[in-house]
Amino acid sequence: MRSVEGALLDFRQLERLAERDSPLHHVDARAKILATLVFIICVISLGRYQLAALFPFFIFPVVLIAGGGLPVRYLVSKILLVIPFVLVVGIFNPLLDREIVAIAGPVQISGGWISFFSIVLRSLLTVASALILVSLTGFPALCRGLAQLGLPKVFVAQLLFLYRYLFVLAEEAARLKLARDQRCFGGKGTGLASFGTMIGHLLLRSWERAERVYRSMLSRGFAGEFHCPSGSSFGVGDTLFLLGWGLLLLAIRLYDPARLLGLLLTGGVQ
Amino acid sequence: MHMADALVSPVVGGTMWAVSAVLIARCSSRIKNSGNDRLVPLMGVLGAFIFAAQMINFTIPLTGSSGHLGGGLLLAVLLGPSAAFLTIASVLVVQALFFADGGLLALGCNIFNLGFFPAFVAYPLLYKPLAGSSPTRGRLTAAAVIAAVVGLQLGAFGVVFETTLSGVSSLSFSSFLLLMQPIHLAIGVVEGLVTAAVLLFVHRARPELLDGAVSPQLSRSLKPVMVTFLLAALLTGALLSWFASEQPDGLEWSIAKVSGSKELRGPEAGLHSGFAAVQEKIALLPDYAFRKQNEGQMVQAGTQLGTSLSGIVGGTATLLLALCAGFLASRKKSALKGSDAFR
Repeated sequence: MRSVEGALLDFRQLERLAERDSPLHHVDARAKILATLVFIICVISLGRYQLAALFPFFIFPVVLIAGGGLPVRYLVSKILLVIPFVLVVGIFNPLLDREIVAIAGPVQISGGWISFFSIVLRSLLTVASALILVSLTGFPALCRGLAQLGLPKVFVAQLLFLYRYLFVLAEEAARLKLARDQRCFGGKGTGLASFGTMIGHLLLRSWERAERVYRSMLSRGFAGEFHCPSGSSFGVGDTLFLLGWGLLLLAIRLYDPARLLGLLLTGGVQ
Repeated sequence: MHMADALVSPVVGGTMWAVSAVLIARCSSRIKNSGNDRLVPLMGVLGAFIFAAQMINFTIPLTGSSGHLGGGLLLAVLLGPSAAFLTIASVLVVQALFFADGGLLALGCNIFNLGFFPAFVAYPLLYKPLAGSSPTRGRLTAAAVIAAVVGLQLGAFGVVFETTLSGVSSLSFSSFLLLMQPIHLAIGVVEGLVTAAVLLFVHRARPELLDGAVSPQLSRSLKPVMVTFLLAALLTGALLSWFASEQPDGLEWSIAKVSGSKELRGPEAGLHSGFAAVQEKIALLPDYAFRKQNEGQMVQAGTQLGTSLSGIVGGTATLLLALCAGFLASRKKSALKGSDAFR
């Protein structure tokens, strides 16, 4: 994991994006969650050699980024951070799958390379859609949407709690780490012994904090359940958003416009 | 060892989603019925603690490289299986959404691999009996290392199994297994040592926390959970694969490829023939000729080649169109903003 401060800053920035104001930000969280799921399933369900069929799906992230006024460069940099993990597994495809499936002039393209690039494109698309979902909705609203979609209340409460204390504890961890690193010289003192004690302290502090939180919740009348405001209703705009994207994505998945357009431009070479 | 969306097929992802959803529902109702309100803030704060703890690195003994805590086993020891499972799942949800670790479709796989094995296998079946009720230093360390290693081995096996079943990666089951298991043996040992170090500290400072009285225990009710989850897995697997057989996924695709049957064509004729006349007239690359070395053998490759060339051209064109759409949308938006400014 990257530096604590960097990760926290990232986290905050993504949250701040959710506070922006655009028509897309106001779409009901449920509509956005379901549309994103349809998108991911459509993208993932393509065969591993259907590289070109992936391109039309860029319409979804591109339109949402533009419509929501999200910063492209920031999102791209976040997406690129994740790509290496996928590359590690994907890079074996060109090595193992050497059957030539296409020849473009002097270059012979093996199935492995096609499936490799398809993996890269898939991860670009799916990672982008998840990040866009968060930055257009915000985590608390997302949790409420999930609760309305039937996620157990206990788990929703867990997610909201985790989110609320994340920053507090992460800042505490950052201070601990800074204090230790300042006392360490050339990597000495960063071993297991001091780490165990340090994390143990952090754990005890967190535990005690939880007990204080629980007492203050009790004193405010907590009786085992959270009450989420369920005022927001699924409006016409939300329905249109979900239906529109759902139908468009399914059409792209079923009719492969890239292929149709390609056939149109190349004269239908088969 | 988070799995990524890009390497998961919808059938595998969907099945594991269903499995994890059943587990989350079971654990949630178990926590709710336990009537232990204290768990609610405790789980939340400890979830945040795992996040925070993962941000602090340490030097791995003997190697000099640095690692960080996983935390699954630690949570299981502190909270008990059900609460630990929910906490791990919540951490993975946040990681998937904010740090794009893993992905939304792969979330089910990740929750199962990283949550189920430490919480429902490694802790109750290994750590608890091995450590006993009042463990010594050595015994606790040994129990933690063994439980962590087994938990991570099972998790890594899950990753390999799910990835191979998805068929997106070309790695064969055995070679991927050989790649993953040894790495996770090392990771497991380190994870066990770290967990033991933290537990020993807690044991010295506040031993009552380790009595395990916090969470409802699993004991004999393990069977119904397992049966439910197995049934759910079978049912969703069967249903999903029935649905999915309309559209070939990775695995079916590779099978089709091996058996030589073709599946690359999109939907047949109807639309295409309608386009045919137009195509002839406006085609940019008419009669583009392809090299065919071995007529008999290369026929299939030839058609694939045709499809992939037109695919690449079409793909690039649609990508450009998509970008244009985005450009126009943002232009329109800034124009709107501009008019706002004038008002």
